[in-house]
Amino acid sequence: MRDKLNRLFAPLLLPALSVFTAMVLGGVLIALAGGNPLEAYAGMLEGAFGSPRAVSETLVWATPYILAGLSVSLAFRGGLFNIGAEGQLAFGALSAAWAGHWLPRLVGGGLPAALHVPLTLLLGALAGGLWAAVPGWIKARAGGHEVISTIMLNYVALNVVSFLLNGPMKDPTAANVLSRTPLIDESARVPALVDGFRLHWGFPLALLAAALVGWVLQRTAFGFEIRTAGQSPDAARYAGVRVGRTVIVTMALSGGLAGVAGAIEVSALHHRHELGFSQGYGFDAIAIALLGKAHPGGTVLAALLFSAMRSGATRMQYLTQVPIDVISVIQALILLFVAADTLVRRIYRVRARGERLVLTRGWGG
Amino acid sequence: MVYRRYAFIAVVVSVLVLVVVLVGASQVPPLTIVASMAATTLAVATPLTLGALSGVFCERSGVVNLGIEGMMLAAAFSGWFGSIYASAVLGIPPLPSLLLGVVIAVATGALLGLLLAALAVTYSVDQILAGTVINLLAVGLTGFFNRQLFFGPASAFGGQVPHAPGVLPRLHVPLLADLPVVGPVFEQQPIAVAAVVLVGLTHLVLFRTRWGLRARAVGEHPRAAATVGIDVVRVRYVNVVIGGAIAGLGGAYFTLESVPSFEPMMTNGRGFISLAAMIFGDWTPFGSWAAALVFGAAQAFQINLQLFRDQIPPSWSFLQQSSVVGLVPYLLTLLILTGVIGKTTPPAADGQPYEPEGRR
Repeated sequence: MRDKLNRLFAPLLLPALSVFTAMVLGGVLIALAGGNPLEAYAGMLEGAFGSPRAVSETLVWATPYILAGLSVSLAFRGGLFNIGAEGQLAFGALSAAWAGHWLPRLVGGGLPAALHVPLTLLLGALAGGLWAAVPGWIKARAGGHEVISTIMLNYVALNVVSFLLNGPMKDPTAANVLSRTPLIDESARVPALVDGFRLHWGFPLALLAAALVGWVLQRTAFGFEIRTAGQSPDAARYAGVRVGRTVIVTMALSGGLAGVAGAIEVSALHHRHELGFSQGYGFDAIAIALLGKAHPGGTVLAALLFSAMRSGATRMQYLTQVPIDVISVIQALILLFVAADTLVRRIYRVRARGERLVLTRGWGG
Repeated sequence: MVYRRYAFIAVVVSVLVLVVVLVGASQVPPLTIVASMAATTLAVATPLTLGALSGVFCERSGVVNLGIEGMMLAAAFSGWFGSIYASAVLGIPPLPSLLLGVVIAVATGALLGLLLAALAVTYSVDQILAGTVINLLAVGLTGFFNRQLFFGPASAFGGQVPHAPGVLPRLHVPLLADLPVVGPVFEQQPIAVAAVVLVGLTHLVLFRTRWGLRARAVGEHPRAAATVGIDVVRVRYVNVVIGGAIAGLGGAYFTLESVPSFEPMMTNGRGFISLAAMIFGDWTPFGSWAAALVFGAAQAFQINLQLFRDQIPPSWSFLQQSSVVGLVPYLLTLLILTGVIGKTTPPAADGQPYEPEGRR
């Protein structure tokens, strides 16, 4: 029994210590800025879980976090560092906005919700997936490192989206001065989970996606190929895995998850694509994936933690005047300690155990 | 392969210049446009050149520096804050305040270089991850302090944002700056001039000094270097800290030379583009500079085209959209990464943590 508990909780020890250390340092920062760290954290907790509405808002935040986190995690398992989730998410949202508004007009007539909603989300996944396949192709073809290409594609996506939302896809309503698309049809909207709250069916869908990613990685031949190509490309090649193809498909799947994250934000929450709706989900996703050790279950837990922080931060700022930006610092510190686990081990005298997650190996890999 | 790369650079730059000349020819003589393009290119390439040199210093000794973006951002903020504090609170005149800001920016870069070295060399953290940590930390800290120091309850200026002491003044290169037409090219601000000087200096240090030879040996084969008595850890620490300082100077460009203000995330991917320049330049100072100038030209293209906005023929109206023209540097980077223009080779031990024999 004790062994079993040990095995279940041991992997959580270092991440928990990392979060704790980051919170302590964040508290020092808050104190330096003239705030009371305990009050600030209490305010954050209240803002995140203090009422049914707060819980609903936290889970609304968690939905894109889980999906984008899974996107980065899946890529990590394939030995790929996908910093491009932000751009893939934007394209997923763009595609969903198109499917929600223009698709019915294109086919001439309304679509039933049972068809329109899945189609909207699928097109979002497709757009994100295709966008992410590009850096996969560049990597497979020429070894051009995905870190740089995905970042560049983020900027390209930002420019393209801003062009479309100010031009061809701009809401034509006379009163509209914002860079945004028209509202999507009712039939393309993901419904609320509980009446009167913003929490929507996207959240259970995100959990389902996590289960699915876990199943693919651990139980299917293709998941095995992804993991082998990630751990040791040479061994994978020797075993007959077509590494180039695996790299492209892994990136496409990873981008597809980010694309769904964007599509759900449009379909379930904003009902349109508005410039700047993503508050850096794609970048926070990197820290979430790393905190979750690129494991689907861990990613969900990390996403819940991050969304609680983000959603509680507004209340914290309101109650204690500590600026929301402190959350970004704490999250970066969490990443720092998760990355430098030797440092955390030394502080708390925890002995090393288990394997290390191999993420990247220089420009050549 | 080298010829192919330089031919590519020449073609891209000519096309960019040609388009602007064609669009603006009815208003301004072509030579003046060319000179203006060249002057803008040199100026806006400054952070890219410095970022690429930072990368060269780090990676030649075997440490991938993905944190250039964050180092620049943090330095841009700290230098800017330092200069404002010096002029508004301490009452120091504008020019010394700005120079103090530059020193603070360089020190900030060096400090983050030290953090990168500690993570990558001492704690053997995945280097790409270590760089990402620095980038996220820089975004978080600059965002926090920007609000806190200027607008928060503990504001350094009592809630009122004072005027920045302006930007660094232009230097006149003697004789050359007095030439007709091309004169403006040689009227640059100090950090732009320093960047060009540092290109030559980095080349000399890396390829003509004992230290440079040792650093390159450490970057290619650390174990062999250690066998002949080179302190691998020390070499890497020193190079990464120097690289951080150079990136810090690049950050100072944004707030002390380009515009007298700071905005969150204002480095806008320049740190990453400079890494692409370094890769395209085959990890050499002059090659990286040439590549940085291409990106600079792409940006100068955007800036100069804005001047002739009304002259753009209707069939080319997409050139009026800043979001379309703004794509050029990023698309160029992607094109370079596809390897169509030739592949380059990183130092052999680039990105690999060094573990001395018998320590495992």
